[in-house]
Amino acid sequence: MRYSALKIFKEALTGHKGWKPVWRKAEPQSHYDYIIIGGGGHGLATAHYLASKFKQKRIAVLEKGWIGGGNVGRNTTIIRSNYMLNGNEAFYEFSLKLWEGLEQDVNYNAMVSQRGVLNLYHSDPQRDAYVRRGNSMKLHGADAVLLDQSGVRKLYPFLNFDNARFPILGGLLQPRGGTVRHDAVAWGYAHAADKHGVDIIENCEVIGFDIQNGVCSGVETSRGYIGARKIGVAVAGNSSRLMSKANMRLPMESHVLQAFVSEGLKPVLDGVVTYGAGHFYVSQSDKGGLVFGGDIDGYNSYAQRGNLPVVEDVCEGGMSIMPRIGKARLLRMWGGIMDMSMDGSPIIDKTHIEGLYFNGGWCYGGFKATPASGYSFAHLMATDTHHETASAYRMDRFSRGFMIDEKGQGAQPNLH
Amino acid sequence: MIINHPLLGPRDASEFVYHGDAHLMQRPNPKSETADKDFHDYMYLRENIAGEMRELWFHEQGDRSWLVITRNTLTHDITKVELARNIKREQIKEAQQ
Repeated sequence: MRYSALKIFKEALTGHKGWKPVWRKAEPQSHYDYIIIGGGGHGLATAHYLASKFKQKRIAVLEKGWIGGGNVGRNTTIIRSNYMLNGNEAFYEFSLKLWEGLEQDVNYNAMVSQRGVLNLYHSDPQRDAYVRRGNSMKLHGADAVLLDQSGVRKLYPFLNFDNARFPILGGLLQPRGGTVRHDAVAWGYAHAADKHGVDIIENCEVIGFDIQNGVCSGVETSRGYIGARKIGVAVAGNSSRLMSKANMRLPMESHVLQAFVSEGLKPVLDGVVTYGAGHFYVSQSDKGGLVFGGDIDGYNSYAQRGNLPVVEDVCEGGMSIMPRIGKARLLRMWGGIMDMSMDGSPIIDKTHIEGLYFNGGWCYGGFKATPASGYSFAHLMATDTHHETASAYRMDRFSRGFMIDEKGQGAQPNLH
Repeated sequence: MIINHPLLGPRDASEFVYHGDAHLMQRPNPKSETADKDFHDYMYLRENIAGEMRELWFHEQGDRSWLVITRNTLTHDITKVELARNIKREQIKEAQQ
């Protein structure tokens, strides 16, 4: 089934009886060329690019729950490529370019909206740091505009500019950044992968790896044994848990990150705004809810729910830059589990076990990376070489001393 | 989360700073032949347990003591709170015997 304006027109005339499921329910076969563990955004994107760009066949995605039930449905939907370091910026810019062509590529409306991401600055040194970051972005082909206070006032006159402690002096704007309907990303990739013949197998939990003499040739699942030539793991949040079944310890901790949605409001905020003096980011969804979030809770957790001190901290951040947010009532809040890596950057690499590939450690920046993560993971699995923009995300970079630490916090995951 | 401090009684978790797995108390021997690898593993690799885990918390906004807290990472339930210094003293005593 192909989605198009003509199809909508036809269906409208025929009582909407021709719509089919977005992907078929596949039964597991006994053997595949490729198994992707994890039916989230990254896993589905990997399967899609393996099939469509790298022309591979016999691919399965194994998902323990249902498609889109993990972090791809739990984030604050922001896309951007405003990183600074080599090893990161080219990758995220590649990702943003893939976002720009995503809907045509997967033939699914993911509501990609390049409404601009504005990072506020509150002091002269912070402005200088943003200038440096903006220059780094431009050198990598991304877009960045430095705004002074009057520039920010023109965009968002209601912000709290004259805060005594943290006045808003300006901001670094990435006009091509924005938001995407997160569930539709999972559904869109599932739709496109399915069309290329990928088996998407839900309710199929991997409980062990079949590893003999350093070669991985299959997985034990809750629906029986499935063999494969190459197996890729993309289960962010649960990476350590799954890889421990292959006797691997990873450079990461799992932490909970909370997100929030207010009641539906009339349009008040047409872009994404982030606070530079605290940790707070906010945008408005097309349904009208203000979608916002802040820091991780800061302790290891697999609970998918957080605690009140961080709720208070996030709300304080919101009140500090946007006092009118205090009039809105909170509608929903939830938590997602993040792989917090030791330098705040992800891993896309082969493991020491032949046939076993790993993708994880996305911290709380995984959503924006979805297309490039899938593309470069597919590149790695299909060709056994790293994609040029993802070649720094190596598993052994900690022992070699090639960390990619944007914040310079060191090996303390809850600070990234 | 409420942490039942052995000296101060129940305190809100927001008074504490989280450091991580309690294994971080066991610093490797720098004189060992395998010190390079041992320190890499100590510094960067984690068990990252889903379930009951022993972890280090620092009472920064309180008496500045280090605690070893046994907590379930699936439910956030805290079952045991000990002073890290007592545990370390026991370990040193055992090592000397």
